[in-house]
Amino acid sequence: MTRFQKKLWIGLIIMALLSPIGILLPEKFNAGDAWGEWGADTLEKLLGYVPEGLKRLADIWKAPIADYNLGGENAPVSVQVAAYIISGILGIAIIGFVIYIISRLLIKKG
Amino acid sequence: MHIPDGYLSPQTYLPLYGASFVFWTIALRKFKTDLSVKHVPYLAMAAAFSFLIQMFNIPIPGGTTGHAVGAGIVAILLGPWTAVIAVSVVLIIQAIVFGDGGITAIGANCFNMAVVMPFVSYWVFKLVKGEAVAGARLYTAAFLSGYTGLSISAVVTAVEFGIQPLIAMSPDGRPLYAPYPLEIAVPAMALEHLLLFGIVEGVVTILLLKYFIKHEPDLIYAVKEN
Repeated sequence: MTRFQKKLWIGLIIMALLSPIGILLPEKFNAGDAWGEWGADTLEKLLGYVPEGLKRLADIWKAPIADYNLGGENAPVSVQVAAYIISGILGIAIIGFVIYIISRLLIKKG
Repeated sequence: MHIPDGYLSPQTYLPLYGASFVFWTIALRKFKTDLSVKHVPYLAMAAAFSFLIQMFNIPIPGGTTGHAVGAGIVAILLGPWTAVIAVSVVLIIQAIVFGDGGITAIGANCFNMAVVMPFVSYWVFKLVKGEAVAGARLYTAAFLSGYTGLSISAVVTAVEFGIQPLIAMSPDGRPLYAPYPLEIAVPAMALEHLLLFGIVEGVVTILLLKYFIKHEPDLIYAVKEN
C-alpha cells in the first residue's frame, strides 16, 4: 500500500466514525425518511391506506442489519450510534471483499 | 433515493433490472480489458467512499432527508464505467445487508444512481471543463458535475415513482404501488435535490477533486484522458 492510499483509508475510517452525524442531525431537525422511502405504517398515516401491491412486496426481504441499526427502532441513541458506526465499518469490509473477489476473477495477474 | 420493495410494479422493476444488467455486463468487460491490479485498491476505496458518504443523511428541517452519492467524483477519478461497478456493488450490499433500497428495486436503484448519475456527471464535467486542467473552470465543472448528476438521477427516480399510478390501479381506483403521481413526485424530488442535496454533492465533488489534483494528479481519469 502506498502512503497516499494509506492516507485515503484513514480518511475513510474517520468518515465511518463520524457517520452518526447522519442520524443525529436529522433527529435534531425533526426530519424523517427520504422522499418515497416511507414504511407501510408511515404510508398508512400519509394516505389513510397501504397500497395493495406495496403491502405484498414490502417485506419480501428481511435484511440482517435493517436500517443500519441493531437495537430496533426504539433503541437508545447510544446503541443507534454504535450500530451505525459498526454498519459503516462492516460495510467497508464487505465492499472490500466483494471488489477483491470480482478483481480476482477478472484481472490477470501481473 | 433508494427505492424500497413495493414501490415499483414488476412492469417497472423488471425492465430496469434488464437495463442495469446490460451496463453491468459492459462495465465488467471493460474492467477486464482496461484495469490492472494497481487499480483495485482505488476501486475498493471509491466504493467504500460512496457507501460512507451515503450514510451522512442531510435533513430538510421538519421534512425529509437526503444524501450525496459520490458517483460523480468516482466517475471523474476512475471513469464512468468503473463508477458503474463501484456504486452498483455499494447499492447491492445496501439492499441485501442493510435493507436500504429494495431487493426487487436493485435494478432500478443501480440504473438511477450507478448508471445515470456517473454518466451524467462525467459528461457534464468534460463539457464544462473543456481544455482546463486547473483553476476556476475546472472546479466549476466539478461542482456542476456532482450537482447535475445527483439532480438528474433524482428526477429519473421520481419519474419511476410517478408513473406507478398510471401503470397499476386496484379495482377501487387506488394505486397498487408508489401512490403519488408524476406532478407530485417530480417537483418534490427535483426541488430538494436542486436546492440542497445537489449542492452538497457538488461541494463534495470539488473538495475531493482538489485533494486528488494536489496529491495524485496522474490518477485522475477525466483529466488525463484528454
